[in-house]
Amino acid sequence: MAAGAGWRMGAGERGRRGAETLFRGLLFCVLGCGFCWGNSVERKIYIPLNKTAPCVRLLNATHQIGCQSSMNGDTGVIHVVEKAQDLKWVLTDGPHPPYMVLLDGELFTRELMLQLKGSSRISGLAVAISKPSPAQGFSPGLKCPNDGFGVYSNDYGPQYAHCNWTAWNPLGNGLAYEDFNFPIFLLEDANETQVIKQCYQDHNLPQNGSVPEYPLCAMQLFAHMHAVTNTVTCMRRSSLQTAFSLNPEEVCDALSDYNVWSTLKPINTSSKINPLDEVIIVATRIDSHSFFWNVAPGAESAVASFVTHLAAAEALHKVPDVQMLPRNIMFTFFQGETFDYIGSSRMVYDMKMDKFPIRLDNIHSFLELSQVALRNSSVLWVHTDPVSRRNDSIQPQVETLVEALINSSVGANVTLQEVGQSQPLPPSSFQRFLRAKSIPGVVLADHRTSFQNRYYQSMYDTAENILMKYPEGLSPEETLDYVTDTAKSLAEVATVVARALYQLAGGTGNTSAIQADPRTVSRMLYGFLIKTNNSWFQSIIKQDLKGLLGDELPQHYIAVTTLVNTTQLVQYVLANLTGTVVNFTKEECLNPEKTPNPEKEMYVYTWVQGSRDPNSTSRVPFCVQSTVHLTKAASPAFELKQWGSTEYSTWTESRWKDIRARIFLIASKELESTLEAIAEADI
Amino acid sequence: MTAAVFIGCSFIAFGPALALCVCTIAAAPCLPHRWVLCSVYIAGKTVSLSCFFKLVFQIIYSISMVNGVCGRVCVCFVTHFNTGLPFSCVFVCVLCIVSGLGFAIMSGVFSLVNILTDSLGPGTVGIYGDSPQYFLSSAFMTLAIVLLHVFWGIAFFDACEKKKWWALALVILSHLLVSGLTFLNPQYEGSLVPSYIIMMLMVTWAFFTAGGSLRNLKLRLMCRDKDFLLGNQHPR
Repeated sequence: MAAGAGWRMGAGERGRRGAETLFRGLLFCVLGCGFCWGNSVERKIYIPLNKTAPCVRLLNATHQIGCQSSMNGDTGVIHVVEKAQDLKWVLTDGPHPPYMVLLDGELFTRELMLQLKGSSRISGLAVAISKPSPAQGFSPGLKCPNDGFGVYSNDYGPQYAHCNWTAWNPLGNGLAYEDFNFPIFLLEDANETQVIKQCYQDHNLPQNGSVPEYPLCAMQLFAHMHAVTNTVTCMRRSSLQTAFSLNPEEVCDALSDYNVWSTLKPINTSSKINPLDEVIIVATRIDSHSFFWNVAPGAESAVASFVTHLAAAEALHKVPDVQMLPRNIMFTFFQGETFDYIGSSRMVYDMKMDKFPIRLDNIHSFLELSQVALRNSSVLWVHTDPVSRRNDSIQPQVETLVEALINSSVGANVTLQEVGQSQPLPPSSFQRFLRAKSIPGVVLADHRTSFQNRYYQSMYDTAENILMKYPEGLSPEETLDYVTDTAKSLAEVATVVARALYQLAGGTGNTSAIQADPRTVSRMLYGFLIKTNNSWFQSIIKQDLKGLLGDELPQHYIAVTTLVNTTQLVQYVLANLTGTVVNFTKEECLNPEKTPNPEKEMYVYTWVQGSRDPNSTSRVPFCVQSTVHLTKAASPAFELKQWGSTEYSTWTESRWKDIRARIFLIASKELESTLEAIAEADI
Repeated sequence: MTAAVFIGCSFIAFGPALALCVCTIAAAPCLPHRWVLCSVYIAGKTVSLSCFFKLVFQIIYSISMVNGVCGRVCVCFVTHFNTGLPFSCVFVCVLCIVSGLGFAIMSGVFSLVNILTDSLGPGTVGIYGDSPQYFLSSAFMTLAIVLLHVFWGIAFFDACEKKKWWALALVILSHLLVSGLTFLNPQYEGSLVPSYIIMMLMVTWAFFTAGGSLRNLKLRLMCRDKDFLLGNQHPR
């Protein structure tokens, strides 16, 4: 021990302290850097599952639906359930709960899910997508879609409310509208499913009737949702955060996007049209949904309908005298109709509040294209609203509408038939317009009573569901141009619709020349159902939007981010099909207000990148003049801050931080106890 | 695997070293020197972290840095800055344990902390066919290396002091040998067993180098000499 030397701060001492600080700094820097590099031990332990889709939480005014996991994920021993008897191990017999069930797509039914929901031995579920689609059909939607937000209520046609007359979606098991307290993931890749099954067979199978031994194969699913209870609660919490916090942590977002609309004759959108002008509205929806987040192929429920609509719009624009027609036609593509009519309710609200160039009084008639791809022996059913038809002024207009349609179907391979006059309308955007004002209108569909679509709003509503078949061995370009039978059938429907619209708009010429192009229909079906990254779509989009087109299967979920791919693509396709190419330079096209011309206010100009020259690699861009506009498709409930509204859609989507899945081996609790014992002995 | 594995493996690897620290160093504080020694060692070790493909070169480099440059530099620091300290570290043997422990703990931390972080997660090694005893054997290997560093420190300081170059070379060679044995993983029998044998040999050597003898050991074990360590040291 030192003899009391006292504290002397000499030069040597200062130098020592300086060196010390330098070394301490170096120590901290290096310790910090030391942890940055790739972690190979983690790669030895976990196999991440990359091609999965989670089930997320959605909320409305009164309920929460979907799935939730714990904050740090849910772990469980994997058990593969390929037949119903396998479930017994998970629910009662298995000695290592909680279990993570790997379920075959065929067994993903309501009965099984309710059994799992009630059990505390389940920590999560992974569903392997079934290929081919289940033969008996599968629909996680409701039997009565959008019930309570259509026109039928206790005040208006009470005998039609709540699907008393006919259940539109009888195969609907309502799974997507249940609330599960464990995570559920979809395994989209068959190879990953095989890896999990292999791990299960290697470690988790009981050998000769005995209990499987540790280490066991386990799965961990992360899908923690921030929002709880309902939209009122989560929006209140989000607004408190935004108002008072410097770093707001919002917990949910309203489902919103944009509607796409265009008029046959251009109108000035900055002012209202003449109150005496009449407009015929043609409407389709462009979105769908399924049990899993952002899995919404929606072939029959949405894509086929809006593709037909686009083809009809193209056919009409080709007619020479359309600019002289007495009535205008507005082609409208509503987003968010799956979630209690977000798009159409917003448009009706805007029309009522005079925020839209067209008022409800300007609407002459309404034509909606519902699901039209699965026509049985070429019959297309015409649905009307029995309640409004009791009105003496509406009834003859509806009859005119139906007559125009039937006249237009002469010569086409489409047989139009009216459903019984006492039958209500199927779920459609037209119902939201009827809530505001009695308008004559029809909804065209391929079903008379319940849907023909056996996979309504499910992950199986794909190109196969609408019988799109391509021959083997075609390249992507050849597939794009190949005209399928489905395309021909939808082109027939588009022709009938275009001819009827021409007549309804007051056209007097011969309609036999109005024909929808099956090749365009086929290209659109390919682009919206199989691959968006094709040469035609590439040529009609703007230059700086490369991220819009992808190689994976296109999905049509409204989501919470603005302008999803579907909305943008519909906008560009509509502009291309109904617009005209004008000889402007890029500068003039991007800034049309600089060149004074009264016509310019009526149009929208888009500078598109054009197709690739066959001899060179560069593209020839050009300017397209069209009347395509976007208007906000966000529920009025959020504008009015009526989060508990029963009048408007209140659907919100929860926020989350981390969604992923992985598999690994877990060791026994005995090994851990042994380690603890050794550790204590060491000390 | 879980917190239990994390705690278990940490204590397996660092328990004896921390115990040694408590028994020997706590009584003789030489804090500034420990920081210096540890920091310089880390500086040498970072070379090995940055490039996985030059593993052999890094091991040789870091060993020579530790034993050669850092050792001499540290002794230089100690003797140069010895004046003006509130407590002067006059017991070089305690100093060599300090330096050995410093290197030991840093080496152990660098070897094991990566593995320990992953042991906190729910999974264990094995899904790709690796041995499920990965964590346990890593912890035991780290324990062996930690203790070996302490004993190498003692032997190295003594060799430097008495200019016994053959002892110096032996320390470096045994360090290289143990590091090289880790290449035999995952054949844990091939790496763990020889490492522990070398450790037992080194502990005996370090014990006798530090001035211990069988007589002292007997007296100590029978608790006859309370201030054994301190009483046997000669101030410088």
